[in-house]
Amino acid sequence: MVKAVMRADLYRLVKTKDYWIPLIILGGMFFVVLPALLLGSMALVHEQSGIVGQIGDIVGNLPESIQNNLQGDSPTARASYAFAVYLLAPIAIVVPLTISSAVGANSIVGERERGTGEFLAHSPLTVQEIYVGKLLASLIPGYAAGIVGFGLYSVVVNVIVGSQLGGWFFPTAGWMLLVLWVVPPFIAIALALILRLSARVRSAASAHQASSLVTLPVILLSYGVASGLIYSPVLSAAVAGAVAWIIALTLLASGAHSIRRERLLGVAADA
Amino acid sequence: MPAAITFASVSKRFGDVRALDELDFTAPLGSVTVLLGPNGAGKTTTVRLTTGALVPTAGAIQVLGLNPLHDGDEIRSRVGVVPPKPAFYDQLSGWENLQFAATIFDADEVSARSAAERFGIDHALAQEVGGYSTGMRTRLALARAVIHDPEVLMLDEPTAGLDPESAKAVLELIKEMAGRGRTIVMCTHLLHEAEGIADQVVLMEDGTVRAAGAPATLARTYMPDPIVLIDAEDRASLAFVDDLDGVLTTRWDGPLHVTIDHDDRIPDIVIEMVKRGVRPTRIEPLVPTLEDLYFEMQRAHRELV
Repeated sequence: MVKAVMRADLYRLVKTKDYWIPLIILGGMFFVVLPALLLGSMALVHEQSGIVGQIGDIVGNLPESIQNNLQGDSPTARASYAFAVYLLAPIAIVVPLTISSAVGANSIVGERERGTGEFLAHSPLTVQEIYVGKLLASLIPGYAAGIVGFGLYSVVVNVIVGSQLGGWFFPTAGWMLLVLWVVPPFIAIALALILRLSARVRSAASAHQASSLVTLPVILLSYGVASGLIYSPVLSAAVAGAVAWIIALTLLASGAHSIRRERLLGVAADA
Repeated sequence: MPAAITFASVSKRFGDVRALDELDFTAPLGSVTVLLGPNGAGKTTTVRLTTGALVPTAGAIQVLGLNPLHDGDEIRSRVGVVPPKPAFYDQLSGWENLQFAATIFDADEVSARSAAERFGIDHALAQEVGGYSTGMRTRLALARAVIHDPEVLMLDEPTAGLDPESAKAVLELIKEMAGRGRTIVMCTHLLHEAEGIADQVVLMEDGTVRAAGAPATLARTYMPDPIVLIDAEDRASLAFVDDLDGVLTTRWDGPLHVTIDHDDRIPDIVIEMVKRGVRPTRIEPLVPTLEDLYFEMQRAHRELV
C-alpha cells in the first residue's frame, strides 16, 4: 500500500516536466555550473596575478586544522582544493532540501486541491500508509538529487582540480559522511515539518509559503553544521548525524497524526 | 431484511454549520436506496460518514455490521464510492489510475480491465486522464468504484454533467449490481434518475429525513386518493365531472386532474361522458412519479411546519 502511494506520486512527478525541469536546472547550477566556473577560473588565472594573491589571503584565514589538510604544491592548487572540499560543502544540503521541500509541500494539500483526496479518504489505506507513502515520495527525489549531484560534483572537481593535485582526490571522508549520514536526517526533519503544514493549510500556495519558513532555518542550521563538520569531520559528523537522526525519527513517528481523512476531503474541522 | 447501513440520530456539524441533524435511515441489504434532496440537504455528508471519512458529531452508524469509527479500514475495503466530481491523477493514464486503485483495493489487473470494459472506457486507458471528457471521467470513476466488487456501492450525484449514454450506463450498473444482491445507495437531486430503480426513497432536507419508504408506500401515504387525467375535444363539456359521485377535487393542469375516492369511479366517469356525448382525447389513471411524490411530500412537510 505504501509502495502504491509512493509510486503514484513519483510517477506523477516524473511526468510533470514543469516541475522537475526547474529542479534539474537548480541542481545543475549548484552542483556543476557554479563549481565548474569557479574552479575553472581559478585554474586558468596566472599564478602571479593579484587574484591568486587574494585567494591565498582567504585560504590563509581558514582554521589551522584545515590549512594542515590542504593538498597541492602551488597556491592556486591549495586554493582550489580549499574551495572544492571546504567552501562549497553546504551545497550538498541546499539542493536536495529544496527539492524535497518543494515536493513535500504540495503532497497532501495537492490531493485536496485536485480532489483526489476524496478517493484516498474513502479508500482502505490507513493514514499511516498515506503519510509514509507521501514522505518517501518527497524524500526520494531529494536524496536522489543529492546522490546524483554529489557524483557530478565529484567529477567536476576531480577533472578541474585533480590535474593540479596529481590525480582524483574527491570525495573525502568528510564529504562522504556529510552526504550519507548528515544530510538525510536534515531533509527528513524539514519534510516531517512540511508534511504537517501540507496537511493543515488550505492551498498549495500557502503550503509553499509556509514550507519556506521551515526550509530556511533548516538550511541555515544544516549549512552551519555541514561547514563545521568539514573542519573536523569524523567524530563531529557522527555525533551531529546521530542527533539529527533522533530528531528526525521522532518527528516522523508522530507525523502521521497530522493526516486526517477530513483534511483529505478539505472540509472544515469539527466544532 | 437485515440492514446494510443504519444511521441512528446522526448529527454532523462543521463549525457553526449543521450538515446533518439527527439523521435516521436504514438501507436494507441488497436494496437500492435513493437519497433524494436539494443541494445542501446533507447527502454527500451522509456518504462520507458511511465510509468513516468523516466522524459524526453525535449518533451511531453501522455499516455491514461494523462501526466506521473503529472498523473504517474494513468498511472502506468493502464499499465503493463514486464521488460527485470524480478526480484522478491527471498526468497518469486511465490504466495507471486504475492500477493504483486495484493495488489499494487488493484487486487484480483482470478485474481492472474488466471494469474498464464494462463501462466502455477500455479504449481510452492509454490516454492521460487530463484529456478525458466529463463522461469519460465518470466512466473511469465507475470502473474504479467497482474494481473490487464492493458489497455496498455509494454513488453521489453520479450522472451530474453526463451525456445520456453515460447516464444510462450508470443506471444499468445500479440495476445489474442490485440484481447480484449488492446494496446501492444513490444520492441525487434529479427525480427521474431514481424512477424505476429505487426500492426505497429517502427524502432529505436540511440534514434530516423528511420521509422514507418504498415509492409505492410513499405514494399511498402522501397521495392516498387516486387521480385520473381526463381531456376532451371540447374542454367545456367536462364541467359536469365536478358534480359526479366520488369526485373529490378537480383542477386543470394540462389535462383535467380529477381526484376520486376509489379507482372504481373511473368506469362511471367514462359511462357518463359517453351518455353526454363528450368526445374524450384522454382518460388515464395517474401513476404518481417520484417528482409528484417529492413535491407532495415537501408540500405536506410545509403544511406540518
